[in-house]
Amino acid sequence: MSITYLEAIREAQAKALRDDPRVFIYGQDVGAFGGAFKATKGLAKEFPGRVLDSPIAEDAMAGLAIGAALEGMRPILEMQFADFSTVAFNQIVNQAATMFWRTNISCPITVRLPCGGTAGSGPFHSQTMEAIYAHYPGLVVLTPATVEDAYSMLLEAVAIDDPVIFCEHKFLYYHLKADALPTEALPVGKARIARVGRDLTLVTYSAMVHESLAAADELRSEGWEVEVVDLRSVKPLDTDTVIASVARTGRLLCVGEAWPWGGVTAEVITRVVCEGYDLLDAPPQRLNAKDTPVPYHPNLWSAHRPTATSIAAAARKVLQR
Amino acid sequence: MVQSVSEPQSAGDVSATRDLHIKAYRFMLLARVLDDKLASLYRAGKILGGVFLGRGQEALSVSIGVGLREGDVFAPLIRDMAGRLAFNESVLDAARTFLGSSLGPMRGRDGNIHRGRPKEGQLAMISHLGAMISVVTGTLFARRMRGVKGTVGVACCGDGSTSTGSFHEAMNQAAVEKLPLVMVVADNQYAYSTPTERQFACRSLVDRAVGYGISGHEVDGTNLSACLKVVGDAIERARAGEGPQLVVASLLRLCGHGEHDDAHYIETKLKASDLGRDCVKLAEAYLSQQSWADAASLASWRSEAIQKVEEATTAAQREPGPDPFVENYWAALSTKNLLEGNE
Repeated sequence: MSITYLEAIREAQAKALRDDPRVFIYGQDVGAFGGAFKATKGLAKEFPGRVLDSPIAEDAMAGLAIGAALEGMRPILEMQFADFSTVAFNQIVNQAATMFWRTNISCPITVRLPCGGTAGSGPFHSQTMEAIYAHYPGLVVLTPATVEDAYSMLLEAVAIDDPVIFCEHKFLYYHLKADALPTEALPVGKARIARVGRDLTLVTYSAMVHESLAAADELRSEGWEVEVVDLRSVKPLDTDTVIASVARTGRLLCVGEAWPWGGVTAEVITRVVCEGYDLLDAPPQRLNAKDTPVPYHPNLWSAHRPTATSIAAAARKVLQR
Repeated sequence: MVQSVSEPQSAGDVSATRDLHIKAYRFMLLARVLDDKLASLYRAGKILGGVFLGRGQEALSVSIGVGLREGDVFAPLIRDMAGRLAFNESVLDAARTFLGSSLGPMRGRDGNIHRGRPKEGQLAMISHLGAMISVVTGTLFARRMRGVKGTVGVACCGDGSTSTGSFHEAMNQAAVEKLPLVMVVADNQYAYSTPTERQFACRSLVDRAVGYGISGHEVDGTNLSACLKVVGDAIERARAGEGPQLVVASLLRLCGHGEHDDAHYIETKLKASDLGRDCVKLAEAYLSQQSWADAASLASWRSEAIQKVEEATTAAQREPGPDPFVENYWAALSTKNLLEGNE
């Protein structure tokens, strides 16, 4: 048996619907059509009345999920593309994220954001939104990089009593495969050592984990052993695992597909510098997408985001200091 | 679909009509007295943050509160003191939130009009206008999924909120889902300082009901009887499964946007028009005219309201404010093990 990242997301939702009568799915085209990416394929038929098409109204979609959560439900919202969640931004960051703190009533919604770049998708179907959501208190922000994590973390997201932003990467939907769904998993909040190394800590998440692993392969042929840390969740951020790795390697490179200004890579470096300055043998570096909208043409797109080649080049600079 | 208002007159049960008017009037009076007290406290520098009053909107607002039942959902906005009190809020909850008591429902974390008890059906508004409407639709949507029947939700807003995308998205959503939502719009002629001709270009906001495919109702917001009838009927229609209802009331805000605002921009002509009449005074006159209340009853109701307000505001002022070192104020998640550790 082989299962893709996308199928894992579908299976996790099927299990959540099966196991918990409070769960329902709401989003554009998620019903009989099965979603723009088919992440809810067949679910409307299997769970009548619980997988429902919404109007094109991201603000009201999020508001509805919040109201339903107040009534004890566990809504899963599918934003058709992460980019469109900006229309729901107010409801997510001001309504859902403040609910528990203001009223002492938790707001267990899961917002699925199909995020990240794929060739030819352009400025409004390629964005990665984890940094802006992580900026706001009251949200949990997950960025699964593997089929296993896509499955187990989505199930955990639904179980968490707080609003969860689930950043699922579209680039991984079809290409990434596993032999089977996991039976056990690391809990949310724990990073994973995706590859052990002694010369450099490469901290990353989501689709960039795979680019980073490929870069690590390339660097191995040059004699470097790179440790790759997959953050899994960017909020909470597992600072302990990152710093423990930097303590072993003495060098740090952070890689993210998001824009550079004030994002996850900036946060990781800040924490390492503030809490583990003496562990560093070289100035920490980061590699992000370029500070422009995401380009449409594949030639431009592949130069806009970090790739195994550009990550390896950035790593060499840190390694050779 | 848009229906005109007819003078409410129950054929049979005059005493029920009388009792409803008296109940409503007493909550209007209580709200007015409390609002006046909060305005005084604001001027005395005792209020933390702003004060926003419902002066001139009590007849409309109270009609929601007395029309709703226990188990219904209510999303009041900033001028709904009367509706809040008539639905289920205590004077003390209001006083505590304006005065920053740690014992109020918001525990010093949020203030003034941003208060509520969601578990008791009263949602705690955020400041972003139009944002509460889809939250109400969400509660109703969830209830339908769970098989809960016979409850309704009311959301309130002013003319300004109707310009937002949130308003439109939520109204359309409620219509598509045929949810028992009553949207009550207080067209009080100004959104802060912006007059309605800079806010919308349709004849009346009630015409928007046609576009959503829902029922719309207009009402004179200064007239308690009319508000009780129109809002009450809208609530019962929604309860009976007739889908979303839009109620648009015409009235005038008899104060500034907040107590920091002297409202100099409000046209004198408007103040002198029928819209500028004080609904509390009109309701009082109506009760007298119907011989439903004599001078002695009116006086005793007023002194009872004053006493309640004085007791609550005095108590709240004596209560402690939040102590940042006692309770854990610095946890924004209910899942403690997912906090980042800087709380």
